[in-house]
Amino acid sequence: MAHETSSSPLVMGYEVVIGFETHAQLSTQSKIFSRASTAFGAEPNTQACAVDLALPGTLPVMNKGAVERAIAFGLAIGAHIAPISIFARKNYFYPDLPKGYQISQFEIPVVQGGSIEFFMPEVKGVAEKKSVRLVRAHLEEDAGKSLHEDFVGQTGIDLNRAGTPLLEIVTEPDMRSSTEAVAYARELHKIVTWIGICDGNMQEGSFRCDANVSVRKPGDPLGTRREIKNLNSFKFMQQAIDYEVRWQIEEIEDGRSIQQATVLFNPDSGETRAMRTKEDAADYRYFPDPDLPPLCIAPEWVQEIRAQMAELPRVMAERFVRDYGLPEYDATTLTQSKAMAAYFESTAQACTQPKLASNWIMGELSRRLNAGDIGIAAAPVQPPQLATLIARIADNTLSNNAARQVFDAVWAGEGTDIDALIEAKGLRQMNDTGALEAIVDTVLAANAKNVEEFRAGKDKAFNALVGQIMKASKGKANPQQVNDLLRSKLS
Amino acid sequence: MTATPTPSHELHDLSVVSLAQALRQKQVSAVEVASHFLARSRSHAELGCFVALDEDTTLAQARAADARIANGSALPLDGIPIAHKDIFVTKDFVTTAGSRMLQGYRSPFDATVVSQLAAQGMVTLGKLNCDEFAMGSSNENSAIAPVGSSQPEAVRNPWKLDRIPGGSSGASAAAVAARLAPATTGTDTGGSIRQPAAFCGVTGIKPTYGRASRYGMVAFASSLDQAGPMARSAQDCALLLSAMCGPDLDRDSTSLDQPKEDFSLQLEQSLAGLRIGIPQEFFGEGLSADVRMAIDAALKHYEQLGARLVPISLPRTELSIPVYYIIAPAEASSNLSRFDGVKFGHRAKNYTDLTDMYKTTRAEGFGDEVKRRIMIGTYVLSHGYYDAYYLQAQKIRRMIADDFQSAFEECDLIAGPVAPTVAWKIGEKSDDPVANYLADIFTLPASLAGLPGLSLPVGFAQTEADQGLPVGMQLIGNYLQEARLLNAAHRFQQLTDFHLAKPAGF
Amino acid sequence: MSLTSSDIARIANLARLALAPAESDRILIQMNDFFEIVEKMRAVDTTGVMPLAHPTAARAEIALRLREDLVSEPNQREANQRIAPAVERGLFLVPKVIE
Repeated sequence: MAHETSSSPLVMGYEVVIGFETHAQLSTQSKIFSRASTAFGAEPNTQACAVDLALPGTLPVMNKGAVERAIAFGLAIGAHIAPISIFARKNYFYPDLPKGYQISQFEIPVVQGGSIEFFMPEVKGVAEKKSVRLVRAHLEEDAGKSLHEDFVGQTGIDLNRAGTPLLEIVTEPDMRSSTEAVAYARELHKIVTWIGICDGNMQEGSFRCDANVSVRKPGDPLGTRREIKNLNSFKFMQQAIDYEVRWQIEEIEDGRSIQQATVLFNPDSGETRAMRTKEDAADYRYFPDPDLPPLCIAPEWVQEIRAQMAELPRVMAERFVRDYGLPEYDATTLTQSKAMAAYFESTAQACTQPKLASNWIMGELSRRLNAGDIGIAAAPVQPPQLATLIARIADNTLSNNAARQVFDAVWAGEGTDIDALIEAKGLRQMNDTGALEAIVDTVLAANAKNVEEFRAGKDKAFNALVGQIMKASKGKANPQQVNDLLRSKLS
Repeated sequence: MTATPTPSHELHDLSVVSLAQALRQKQVSAVEVASHFLARSRSHAELGCFVALDEDTTLAQARAADARIANGSALPLDGIPIAHKDIFVTKDFVTTAGSRMLQGYRSPFDATVVSQLAAQGMVTLGKLNCDEFAMGSSNENSAIAPVGSSQPEAVRNPWKLDRIPGGSSGASAAAVAARLAPATTGTDTGGSIRQPAAFCGVTGIKPTYGRASRYGMVAFASSLDQAGPMARSAQDCALLLSAMCGPDLDRDSTSLDQPKEDFSLQLEQSLAGLRIGIPQEFFGEGLSADVRMAIDAALKHYEQLGARLVPISLPRTELSIPVYYIIAPAEASSNLSRFDGVKFGHRAKNYTDLTDMYKTTRAEGFGDEVKRRIMIGTYVLSHGYYDAYYLQAQKIRRMIADDFQSAFEECDLIAGPVAPTVAWKIGEKSDDPVANYLADIFTLPASLAGLPGLSLPVGFAQTEADQGLPVGMQLIGNYLQEARLLNAAHRFQQLTDFHLAKPAGF
Repeated sequence: MSLTSSDIARIANLARLALAPAESDRILIQMNDFFEIVEKMRAVDTTGVMPLAHPTAARAEIALRLREDLVSEPNQREANQRIAPAVERGLFLVPKVIE
């Protein structure tokens, strides 16, 4: 497994150890324990009802939708769905925590174990496969928001977010580099959005990552970790972890020991800064919430949800390998999003050239999409066109070069009828041997010198002749045919 | 001796049942009844029962009841006055829970129990004093000044004004005994309905945990709190309990999914062959002679009624004290964290920063007993102590519940004293919290097990010092056996007149 | 086992209670009195006993009730904030929180 992978890149001789805690807001309409709306961006405290405000006499009532989403996540990552799990109170005082405790799960979470597999970015054409083990994923309620800017010497509290259902997803310390950490986070983000339990909107805080980072000399026991809170973009995630790693190593090199701490990343300075530590933060006095009996999940319910779930990216990738004979890397890349996977399948089925389809989508198409920053659904070249294009390459109507020109034309909006464009641009490959032979003869006659040199054993001369012939054919000649014909004539 | 009943046809002497009849037959109007009781509550302000009265609101409700009665759309309990323990939140009356923390607090919603009783046509007289956040067994722990007084005062026992009425629902019991209300609501966490009922000579029942919704009850200990009625007879309690209980599936996750029940149906059932379990642990040396004598006599009455007394054992009775006083404070310490001066309630005037605002606000807002329990609860949940205290207590709680189940294999219900003594003097134990805790020994076991428990008057103290103070007997039933308890109490009250006895001057 | 005044200070801080010196001294004594009666409980052998968190679970196993995911709470900000100690522009105000 990846956590045992030999290829742990060392930083200045230190091994980096990273674990993740991700808070994914679940996409329910109402809150986890109340019937108030979870919609984002409402006027302050207009979506904080009596239960959310912890008014005396109020009690929590559990939202079925949140449990369904937790189950779906557990199934998506091959985890154990606990038939009985317990809600506990995490006690601490904070103005955005109305009850003075957060209802969470402590000893027995609803999702246990599981793992997330993903590929590292390609290095020299090779992408390493990784697997990160999950410890657990548990249900809990979100806190409100503290607004520090608006008031002098005071903080404003907006409790609209209080009680929004969260799934806290906790990994083992399996990651060994910021790159691997980001790759994990991207994969997790893909899964929760793919199965639709979270909208994944990182700007709005729907998907918040905390990274536990420590460093050690290879073979040493785990070092003291510092937790980087609220990493809400993949870019900052990498910057923050890289900075933190360097900082920790320098501390140790300077003979200072690392103190366990919670730190915040400041995107402007690019630095991490320890939060003002709450001396009793460690003592949360967890105990089972007497207001909430145990959460019981019957196997039938799990089956029901499994049946309703769309094909998971991992499963779909396996199918692409099996049914289309794609390399695992292609299959994984093509299942980055439902849209891309669908684009691939319709193209591959239409042109019956899955590998070519994969190459074009991962290559030319992706390049253009990224360059133009547009979604695949809006791509000017849609599966029917790409499929025809690929078919024409396969039947030797087009050379790869010519095909790229046609692709450009469609992208530029010159038309969508591939064959019409091929004719209009006269890009059809010359496969008529008679006509080609004529050209070859003229070229040979006109270049006696090269012929001599070739016969004298200079291979360069042969290439020169091929070049001349291709030129004479205005690039329409089939390079393979030219080769064969030329050899037979010169032998 | 038995107190000589003073038959009277004054409104305030009528039972809920006969009041309902008089109202339905239009012999009296709801407004007349309400005004009569409002007048009494003012003329007996010395008891310190009421912390909130609002004549206009009460009379408006009464007029609405009269209108329904007039146009023939009368509700089952239309026009009958009731006063609520101030632990139930109400829209129309301030709710304080006896705490400075909630002085002047107005809830934007009504407790489910309150709205259920209103839906039956009952008229709210006002709110009744109680120990702060229902923590106490003497009602000396209220921080709220009763109506007609400028500062907090101990609620007085109508039978002897220098005595406590019991707690925490002390005023609920005193008000019924003094005829300031025909019926009241109370809550029972460790005996807070049964013990004051006993001390004031009224009848009160705590149903099975989960029977009555906890929505709108200011939480003390969530796994123990239960609402129940207090009135002068088991028959009245049956009527009120039927109205109060019922599933509240949308608001309270611990509300039992049990259909609404009419607890009056079995009242007349014969007790012939009823097996009454007598737990030996309830009759140890801690029990005062007065209580023992009254209970023994009452048990003889039950034998006359055809019941059979069966000796049983509840071996962990004494353990219920530490177990309860670990679990209840632990839950309370967490439940009371919401009182932080941010969203509602008291906030200190002067503080240096956020933490100081919390600490000062809570120091000013909570009374001694509440602070004590928050401290105990915080400690037993804190790191390194949880297993030794809280977890251990929850395990013994299971054993205590199991003890009851084995006992109920030999008997149909359990009888014993409610408290070791009759009502003590105001101030007598106020500086000895542990002594107060020990006095709860007989009510705690049923609370920990979540079983229904009833208290009914069975006599009066004879010894000179406590002469004439009521003695209560406790009946404990198995889960959902409220009807059985009320039946047993009702048959006893048909045979005796302790429940009709009336404190002098009321 | 007996509590010390430093225990009292630690617990009071956890519970966010400002205790006057005299108050802490009194509470220290009272808590130690109380924990004397707790000792009996600690001695009980409870091996293999399931803790009972919900009393009626002793009668029959109970399961958490789940409600449908529906929104039905209207905006009650005005009513809810009428009882708040300090509010401005719809926000609850507290002394500055330093993170």
